[in-house]
Amino acid sequence: MAEVRFGKALNQALSDAMAADERVFVIGEDVGAAGGSFKVTRDLMATYPGRVLDAPIAEASIVGIAVGAALTGMRPVAEIMFMDFITLSMDMLVNQAAKARSMFGGQGSVPMVLRTPHGGGLNAGPQHSQCLEAWLAHVPGLKVVCPATPADAYALLRAAIEDPDPVIVVENKALYAMKGDLAETPEPVEIGRGRIVREGRDATIVAYGATVGLATAAAATLADDGIAAEVVDLRSIQPWDEALVLESLSRTHNLVVAHEAVESFGVGAEIAARMADVGFDELDGPIVRVGAPFAPSPFGRTLEAAYRPDAARIAAAVRRSLS
Amino acid sequence: MDRSELETLYRRMLVIRRSEERLQKLFADGEVPGFLHLSIGQEAVPTGVSHHLTDRDTVSSNHRGHGHTLAKGVDLTGFFAEIMGRATGLCKGRGGSMHVADLSKGMLGANGIVGAGIPITTGSALALKMQGGGHVAAVYFGDGALAEGVVHECFNIAALWSLPVLFVCENNGWSEFSPTERQLATRLDRLAAAFSITYRGVDGNRVEEVAETAGALIAGMRETPAPAILECATTRVRGHFEGDRQDYRDAAEIDDLDARDPLRLAADGLIAAGTAEAWFAGTLAEVDAEIEAAVAAARSAPDADPAGMLSDVYTVEA
Repeated sequence: MAEVRFGKALNQALSDAMAADERVFVIGEDVGAAGGSFKVTRDLMATYPGRVLDAPIAEASIVGIAVGAALTGMRPVAEIMFMDFITLSMDMLVNQAAKARSMFGGQGSVPMVLRTPHGGGLNAGPQHSQCLEAWLAHVPGLKVVCPATPADAYALLRAAIEDPDPVIVVENKALYAMKGDLAETPEPVEIGRGRIVREGRDATIVAYGATVGLATAAAATLADDGIAAEVVDLRSIQPWDEALVLESLSRTHNLVVAHEAVESFGVGAEIAARMADVGFDELDGPIVRVGAPFAPSPFGRTLEAAYRPDAARIAAAVRRSLS
Repeated sequence: MDRSELETLYRRMLVIRRSEERLQKLFADGEVPGFLHLSIGQEAVPTGVSHHLTDRDTVSSNHRGHGHTLAKGVDLTGFFAEIMGRATGLCKGRGGSMHVADLSKGMLGANGIVGAGIPITTGSALALKMQGGGHVAAVYFGDGALAEGVVHECFNIAALWSLPVLFVCENNGWSEFSPTERQLATRLDRLAAAFSITYRGVDGNRVEEVAETAGALIAGMRETPAPAILECATTRVRGHFEGDRQDYRDAAEIDDLDARDPLRLAADGLIAAGTAEAWFAGTLAEVDAEIEAAVAAARSAPDADPAGMLSDVYTVEA
């Protein structure tokens, strides 16, 4: 067991996957010589010559090349430097990668991974801070995961690379420096399985990525007032662990869904709608969502701080769900 | 090229032509749902290119992809069943005319998005190069795709990385309902030069010329991976889609179609080389019989099963 940073865990996952499978290669802007803009691919180019490709600034083609290489027997891992830039590659993600398996009648699949960072905290402004995972989760054929710890970053990236379908690995920028334990032989994590981070009997807070830490902090605050909140880390957004959320709701009877992405039409809306259906009999109060307001992510320090959900807002949402 | 090889090319073009003429009638009779974009008049291009490709070599295509698909050697019965939306189609009736694919033949799919096959094929070429073995990838696109950004991105990347990809432009002068001169400020030979990519322009209605030029380019790529651009001047005989009245088009443009018909040109060459009239009649009868058998099989096959829609969204491994 060693303590590693989130970014290093991702680097280790890429390195181990490349060592284990010759079909795995990395492609993206500045992923090679520069080691990636967040240094996730550091040193890989030297260790795996010819398998870390510094691509020109051409997001649509980077993703399209990954699709074509995946259809031709490779296991590409593409990096899009900021999640905001997936806008340039949406045809390749939505019309090509996502649909190939189904529209070709189940012939083959597209075993590619797209890694991309989302989230604020760097005052990077409206085009370098967005959380767009709900767009991708809405498209049949894509899988979306979002780890909250270094151990899960490692395990989910390995699982994504081994997965036969296109998987988007969303990495919150605020987590790259986070430290956590990584086992020498890490346990695999199945895509689609969440985990209970903290047990509680009064309310369930469902979160993913960096918001898991905020939810856990909110639960600690609530505990001071005698409210025991259970925190569920989704880990996977598509498919998501409906059974685990329902099981937790069946214990706590109150539900809050929290994420950094804009609240409206988001992942929280899907979870709330589903639980209002299959979990209706378990609910003692309203399902409350916490997310960013319906505005582009702003630049200035006070603006961005006000924009991003925090532990206080999550705690307030839990209190509302109990009222 | 000897006569028997030319006869092979002619027969392949005839399969494409007669299949599309059959589809045209099936569409008119309501037996083909959706849109149908016919490549009548453009048969020489995929026939000449695919003549030099194996099943390990990959191609991808565009919305006008029947010829590309058939030239790659996909099963005729599965092809008709797919376009007619039957369960026995190559894609289980989920793709249709714009998405016919057969990965076992290296056919990575027709495509409903203009230009989208280009990055996919560039990626396929990258994979083939990494895997070694001298295989190549080819992509067919129309002149209309030259306005799409990914084309320029991929010319750049293929040249930078020396990828074995043959970019085959079928220049029929039309981007949907608009003439090329209102779509493109330059010419493809100039674009090729800008990216330092080998360029060849051919009369895309002469199958022998396409085949010989493509053959030389592909042989070179197998030896030393590098991209090449093959521009084939050709003719879109039908409209953008079946049902297109082509009001935007001067009728005179297609007056002399017969003289430019790739089948007619190939037949003239074969007759001059000594192919007998009886061979043409016999080949036509054979091809039509194959097509009728495929249509009959498709007609008797069940419609695609709605329950199947939910499978193949994700891979479920046994």
